Amino acid sequence: MGGVQYSKIAEIKGPLVIVDDVENAAFDELVEVETNEGERRLGKVLEVGNGKAIVQVFEGTTGLSVSGTSARFVGKVMEMPVSKEVLGRVFDGLGRPKDGLPDPIADKFLDINGAPMNPEQREYPKDFIQTGVSVIDGMITLVRGQKLPIFSGSGMSHNILAAQIARQATVVGTEEEFAVVFAAIGVQYSEAEYFRRTLEESGALKRSVLFLNLADDPAIERIITPRVALTVAEYMAFELGMHVLVILTDMTNYAEALREISAAREEVPGRKGYPGYLYTDLSTIYERAGKLNGKTGSVTQVPILSMPSDDITHPIPDLTGYITEGQIVLGRDLFRQGVYPPVNILMSLSRLMKDGIGEGRTRQDHSEISNQNYDAYSRAQEVRALAGIVGKAGLADVDLKYMDVGDSFEKGFLTQALDENRNLDETLSLLWKVVSNLPRAELTKVKDKYVDQYYQGSDE
Amino acid sequence: MAAEGRIVWVSGPAVKADGMASAKMYETVIVGESKLIGEVIRLTGDVAFIQVYESTSGLKPGEPVVGTGNPLSVLLGPGIIGQIYDGIQRPLKALSEASGSYIGRGITTTPVDLTKKYHYTPSVKAGDQVQAGNVIGTVQETDLIDHSIMVPPDHKGGTVAEVVPEGDYDLETDLVTLQDGSTLKMYHRWPVRKPRPYKTRYDPTVPLLTGQRVIDTFFPIAKGGTGSIPGAFGTGKTVTLHQIAKWADSQVVVYIGCGERGNEMTEVLVEFPHLKDPRTGKPLMDRTVLVANTSNMPVAAREASIYTGVTIAEYYRDMGKDVVLVADSTSRWAEALREMSGRLEEMPAEEGYPSYLASRLAEFYERAGRVRAAGSPDRDGSVTLVGAVSPSGGDFTEPVTTHTMRFIKTFWALDAKLAYSRHYPSINWMNSYSGYLADIAKWWGKNVSEDWLSMRGEAYGVLQREDTLKEIVRLLGPEALPDEEKIIMEVARMIKIGILQQNSFDDVDTYCSPEKQYRLLKLLVDFYNRGQQAIREGTSLAEIRAMPIIGTLLKARMEVKDDEMEKLDEIDNMMKEQFKGAAEAKVRN
Repeated sequence: MGGVQYSKIAEIKGPLVIVDDVENAAFDELVEVETNEGERRLGKVLEVGNGKAIVQVFEGTTGLSVSGTSARFVGKVMEMPVSKEVLGRVFDGLGRPKDGLPDPIADKFLDINGAPMNPEQREYPKDFIQTGVSVIDGMITLVRGQKLPIFSGSGMSHNILAAQIARQATVVGTEEEFAVVFAAIGVQYSEAEYFRRTLEESGALKRSVLFLNLADDPAIERIITPRVALTVAEYMAFELGMHVLVILTDMTNYAEALREISAAREEVPGRKGYPGYLYTDLSTIYERAGKLNGKTGSVTQVPILSMPSDDITHPIPDLTGYITEGQIVLGRDLFRQGVYPPVNILMSLSRLMKDGIGEGRTRQDHSEISNQNYDAYSRAQEVRALAGIVGKAGLADVDLKYMDVGDSFEKGFLTQALDENRNLDETLSLLWKVVSNLPRAELTKVKDKYVDQYYQGSDE
Repeated sequence: MAAEGRIVWVSGPAVKADGMASAKMYETVIVGESKLIGEVIRLTGDVAFIQVYESTSGLKPGEPVVGTGNPLSVLLGPGIIGQIYDGIQRPLKALSEASGSYIGRGITTTPVDLTKKYHYTPSVKAGDQVQAGNVIGTVQETDLIDHSIMVPPDHKGGTVAEVVPEGDYDLETDLVTLQDGSTLKMYHRWPVRKPRPYKTRYDPTVPLLTGQRVIDTFFPIAKGGTGSIPGAFGTGKTVTLHQIAKWADSQVVVYIGCGERGNEMTEVLVEFPHLKDPRTGKPLMDRTVLVANTSNMPVAAREASIYTGVTIAEYYRDMGKDVVLVADSTSRWAEALREMSGRLEEMPAEEGYPSYLASRLAEFYERAGRVRAAGSPDRDGSVTLVGAVSPSGGDFTEPVTTHTMRFIKTFWALDAKLAYSRHYPSINWMNSYSGYLADIAKWWGKNVSEDWLSMRGEAYGVLQREDTLKEIVRLLGPEALPDEEKIIMEVARMIKIGILQQNSFDDVDTYCSPEKQYRLLKLLVDFYNRGQQAIREGTSLAEIRAMPIIGTLLKARMEVKDDEMEKLDEIDNMMKEQFKGAAEAKVRN
């Protein structure tokens, strides 16, 4: 199979090349497209039949001509060579070395599309990851094998937060091997460079792999970048037994590349011109996070996406939220006030938190004190809105206390320095400090024994 | 003659094959050299359009396609309970034995272990006439499920010639031989897209009790009814559905994870064997079947998973059992329809969904019902359908939500604002409704208390008044209201915290008996009436707010267990005392 060169290109349309008189090509097969100058580009078959194949060219079709181009069907799907040697290396968006070093010697070649994990073979994730970032550890706890995206907006500090997570993340009391896989999907050079530098400075670069598709790299390549990155992550996790943190930034650029191909194929669009299968397609990326029975390693994903116009109902964050196990939402208001990390906790959520915290994992009172803070902070927001109408003077005494909670939460708990690594006890005491602004009777979500132990306020 | 054709075109889950003139619509076909399973969804001349239930990566034109002559069917017999299946009834356990941690392709398995022996007790003897639907004996499937062996619904019936004696038999044994030589086994097959027949259909008049106060008390669903739970992500859809699957008073639960998260199915698998059914004390897994087609599994099988699940539900209904089917999420199923429709190049209706979306939804929800099963003896069973909807952007005007609302009678609208303030379950009491209230009020009147409906009405009235008053407060501040109205705001807050909110992770609060639901409701309505009276008699709102009984009432849902109703009597007495004390203080002053 494969290996045959076809030169009858019928049409070139956007990122697609339509090859005529094709025999023996398979759906999803890898294709090498060669220009008459001898330049080779990679692509894959999107549709085949009746003698025609529609091929998507990852590096774009700029410079291709109908007469001078040929296509070779390789006879296999796209694969990524993997081995332990990829650690410390930098690759381009298609998984080719970008650091001037030779190709790593492959231990295996793996299909970049992966295969769906059998739900029956998954291990339910519940190992608490301490990120040292209070708001995450205390309120939106991350566990090993979770997929927890950061929903951000243009210009906000998502990359700084992701880098801090990557530097500081540990599972307390274990010495297991861990690694970071970073995939830049259409981001600016400076952002990718910031990430590389921060990994280098913290000494984490030698256990990291970087895949870089920058803003000026071919857009269609972005379809492949997260997949090669996850293929490497899965190999390290489930064959080498490492705990891998995967950071994908920015998934919005990925979805836009997908839309471009869909438009070129003249498919019936779903919302905002994105293809109807955007949900399914995103799930084939996000669902590659997890843990498996009988394997030591894990793949934890922190995808980052910028919400167009900060709109959480936009199809990209919307469909992502339906797949991922929670979301960390950054708030424009907090960002403007200079709060770092500007996490809007009311819109944020970690679905796996309930199983990752509590006695034997974090601390007994963790769940209740975090609920109490959610409740209090949400009341604080209501009171702030009310104060905007009737003025502070029109508020009841207890409402004024809730105003204090709001300030104390944002300034005392949320705010943290870029290099500040807080342990869990510090985080939980800060949470108790916030609600200690309230009279004791307001603590309806916490058992009395914990109030006795940790509450520092007055009974009035 | 089974069709034998050849692939001419492949695009994702869609395949065209020619030479298929003898294929039938919705026939199951085996596609390609790796023997993938597919289904014919359109025929044009001798070209069949096939949706393939497995990944088509690597499939080529020229590979063979073979018809099986049968429509997509499920195998129905003992051994289904406790299983986790993919969308076309392949046990995930068997798939993992064949292909490890990941889902492989082209694997054939049997849905249940045909060699497993069950203790069969015959209920027919030689000379008896049997017809479609008749029970010919029983086996004990799990501790909780006595499984009736039935004559298949499409069987022509006949006279029994021979029956095996009571004893242990495997599924392949011919249990009953008829005079025409045909035999009946412990199992049969049934096409998933064809509803199983029944004798008569009843009105749904019995509530399906879920132990969730906002559902049972405010927006109840009846056995054999239909309900829908739409909500944006993060509003707690899955947790609410898990709660229904855990605590509903049905004998069988079919849980369909349709295009949802893998870890959610794992959670059910890990959790259910350890949870006890509150009525029988047996593990919940002993009454549960899971159908899992997660979001990253092939999209066509997602479309089939709904039918697979509902057919299994109807089968247990035919034994005279109450079955609850939970489908999470019908939106992903609709998206699968949309994707196939797009590949068929059909003219799209709203948002790219096919024009037959509404009729498909209607057909699905119409498979709910409380019925008398076909055949004898008389058996009454029900299938209750609860479908989650995941509206894009949380917008309830999108096609799947609006069409679903036309075909269901209970609507639990999840509200992102409530979820953000951690009010769970985040069912919005103003936007939700139940069409079964009048039908099931009799049951509550007879089994719990005569005045249940009026209590519910009073409490709901308070919530409605609060909704109007809230607008005034928003514009003018809380001090703009007189005390008579402020107490409405106060009691509404108490109803929200003390009744509507329910902590599914709290050991006591996770399930609330009907008796306790009614008593909590009555306590709060009493508080409201006493409060109103006290204010009329001159007690200030501040004095009422200072009553310690308020805290007790709000925590009663967590502090009082279902078998400690006498504690609620004490709370009732305390409330009376405190109001009396307030009135006396008034007189003294």
